[in-house]
Amino acid sequence: MTYGTTTILDGPGVGRALTRIAHEILECNKGVSNLALVGIRSGGDRLAAELVRRIEQIEGKSAPLGAIDIGMYRDDLASRGTVEVGRTDVPFSLDGKNIILVDDVLFTGRTIRAAMDALIDLGRPRTIQLAVLIDRGHRELPIRPDYVGRNVPTSRDEKIDVIFNADNCAAEVRLLKPQG
Amino acid sequence: MKTLIQNGRVIDPANNIDAVQDILIEDGKIAAVGNNLKSTGATIIDASGKLVTPGLVDIHVHLRDPGLEYKEDIVSGTRAAAAGGFTSVACMPNSKPVNDNKAITRYIIEKAEKQGLARVFPIGSITKGLAGDSLSEMGDMQEAGCYGFSDDGKPVTSSELMRRALEYARPFNTVIISHAEDLSLVGDGVMNEGFVATELGLKGIPWVAEDAATARDVMLAELTGSRLHIAHVSTKGSVEIVRAAKARGVPVTAEAAPHHFTLTDEAVRGYNTNAKMNPPLRSSADVAAVQQGLADGTLDAIATDHAPHHIDEKNVEFNVALNGIIGLETALPLTLNLVRAGTLTLNRAIELLTCGPARALQLPVGTLSVGALADVAIIDPDLSWTVETAAIVSKSKNTPFIGTTLQGAAIKTLLGGRIVAEK
Amino acid sequence: MEFRHKHILGINELSRDDIVTILDTADSFKEINSRDIKKVPTLRGKTIVNLFFESSTRTRTSFEIAGKRLSADTINITASSSSVTKGETLEDTARNIEAMNPDIIVMRHAASGACHYLAERINSSVINAGDGAHEHPSQALLDLFTMRQHKGSIEGLTVAIIGDIGHSRVARSDLYALNKMGAKVRLCGPGTMMPVGIEQLGAEIFTDMNEAIRDADVVMMLRIQLERQGKTLLPTLREYARFYGLNVNNLKLAKPDALVMHPGPINRGVELSSYVADGPQNVILDQVENGVAVRMALLYLVSGVERGEV
Repeated sequence: MTYGTTTILDGPGVGRALTRIAHEILECNKGVSNLALVGIRSGGDRLAAELVRRIEQIEGKSAPLGAIDIGMYRDDLASRGTVEVGRTDVPFSLDGKNIILVDDVLFTGRTIRAAMDALIDLGRPRTIQLAVLIDRGHRELPIRPDYVGRNVPTSRDEKIDVIFNADNCAAEVRLLKPQG
Repeated sequence: MKTLIQNGRVIDPANNIDAVQDILIEDGKIAAVGNNLKSTGATIIDASGKLVTPGLVDIHVHLRDPGLEYKEDIVSGTRAAAAGGFTSVACMPNSKPVNDNKAITRYIIEKAEKQGLARVFPIGSITKGLAGDSLSEMGDMQEAGCYGFSDDGKPVTSSELMRRALEYARPFNTVIISHAEDLSLVGDGVMNEGFVATELGLKGIPWVAEDAATARDVMLAELTGSRLHIAHVSTKGSVEIVRAAKARGVPVTAEAAPHHFTLTDEAVRGYNTNAKMNPPLRSSADVAAVQQGLADGTLDAIATDHAPHHIDEKNVEFNVALNGIIGLETALPLTLNLVRAGTLTLNRAIELLTCGPARALQLPVGTLSVGALADVAIIDPDLSWTVETAAIVSKSKNTPFIGTTLQGAAIKTLLGGRIVAEK
Repeated sequence: MEFRHKHILGINELSRDDIVTILDTADSFKEINSRDIKKVPTLRGKTIVNLFFESSTRTRTSFEIAGKRLSADTINITASSSSVTKGETLEDTARNIEAMNPDIIVMRHAASGACHYLAERINSSVINAGDGAHEHPSQALLDLFTMRQHKGSIEGLTVAIIGDIGHSRVARSDLYALNKMGAKVRLCGPGTMMPVGIEQLGAEIFTDMNEAIRDADVVMMLRIQLERQGKTLLPTLREYARFYGLNVNNLKLAKPDALVMHPGPINRGVELSSYVADGPQNVILDQVENGVAVRMALLYLVSGVERGEV
């Protein structure tokens, strides 16, 4: 299948969205105390790192950063076969923290469900909030993001690609429409 | 009743005949061999383009009768023999009860005569119950119809007892058949010792377990002057021991099995229990030596060691599976493979399947001489066929050749002039 | 990532890429073992039968913990293997267990090839937990994992394996695995314990243990048993310890940072002196710990392969 590509966000656009999300996170949580960011591999972990850098620029104080892999928490092992399981790396206690869970694209919500299970296995956060760069709709579970870079209405057969550059910074978001 | 086999290529190594000729059979005997034979009222068999040989002779089979009829019996075993072109078989004594007395010998002979599709020449046991303790009544059994004595399946462990067996057999002019194996060297080995065994993690049986026993028995034959026949030679060393013994004039003969000149221990890979037998499949050097021994006269006979086993005895872990494979129905094409490979002449191949084995046990068969029993195999050496479980005549189907396409088959087998198998 | 093995029967059947996939997956699973809640839902609803025909506390427990940490239901069955062809055969046992629809059968058996036998006859995945003197793949994989953990890479390492090579399924699996990963393997043991043709599997054979461990990166000691199948292959354990035991003195011949490994259980004072067994170079308990992660990886990877695939 071939796809027609449209750029939804370019580099500066992604940057502005992330900066806004960083501000919103700080505003809602009244600063960085008790705040930690956990990104979902692979995509969300890199966006979480970018958000932590922005928070540090804004507040002058950093927030702890973790990454989780949800391979072990998927509900589709039987139908999708074995997928690679990456490392979960959360080098701080989650107990009592406000956790910002970060993913690149929010779609059915199943990844977020798995990620919340993974987080809860690791500890007992005070809150879990969800930040995504793109919300493309089509939810299958009652999940709603707290921070959104851009809402993009899509059809189910379209795809969203978040392109990262060599420094692991999000450089572009593309919408791929099937053709023919 | 007369039968005339016309225009076949008659190969009768005992009489040095290899020519397109006719054979006339009258009253179950060979009446004439020659060109353009005529006979009024004879049934005509056209054998043009085919080989006409003496009925094949297998001096090493296990008919499992009496007592183990779930594996094979005299009827099914001789039917399998006939299907493979064999008209004479010598059956080993390890039935239940053991053929260690004339009553069992007579049972075998009489059942074979009444119901069998091949001649059966029983082999009696050397020791009572195959226990290796005391000699069986060989004289009695020879009178009853035994053509040799063996504890096949196991060796006579005591060297002294083997010596006594050879000495005792000598005045009866019978032959002692040696299952040459040093059990202490075999240990709990289950396949040939070598690289394959090491890789599969299976315990090995070293070649010396066979060679040491072959050497002992050959020397005992030399000491006693008694006739000795070495069963199922599988190693290079044993071939050499027999060759040297013959050169010194020791009265020894020997046989080899088709699987030992065809397959190596590589066939065990995948833990194939149909490649488990005793002696085990050996190395390629051993296979070459056995082939050479067959070609140069060191080995006198091809004998199948036809060893039927029930599926339940093979469908188990490798180290638990019983030893042995069936061989009557595949021996001829496997032997013809050696002819096609240039290892044996066609005459030598037929000799190894007819008068060679007959001489080793002094059986009154294996030739097409005028007056001989009219046991004849008509062979299509080029017929190509695939071994299939469902088509196997023997009660048991334990052969590593299932699925293998072979070339050559007996298309008609005549026993005393009567057709007993046809393809 | 491509992992298409429904069964894990031996290292011999795995490629280098397969081994790397297993080790990388184990790396990801290892973190779970240090959590407070040591459980993930990955294999929820899967049934794993540990079918052990030989006693083994260590391997069975390790597989059991691995299965439980992945939320599978694990059942242990201790069975006795027959030495004759009477009664219930291995096939009967297997079919009975299969009728209960397990997803994975982890089997240990005294007969080489028993796991192949099982895999040919049933639909569940089969993981070999040791078959006779043939293979013990999960042990070799945890050995590799431990070497990689301490040395960074396996390629180029010199590994000396000392002891009863002939009866050791660990030695065979390690030999295959190390060769595939580009390590050099040296083997040394008493003459009665060196199988025919083992050098053809890609190992250097040594008669002198000191030479075998000289400049080695890893010294792997195998468990020795005086009695094997009723046969005495050694005069005494005392003499064995003198010629083939690892002690503080001969360990100095290996590289200063050489690892000392042992598949366990160890015989103190025989193949390993206590000073070495408790010394700073031993990673024996790391092997045990890593065993759980490696077995989690194996259970996970075979679970993703559709039934019917090989």
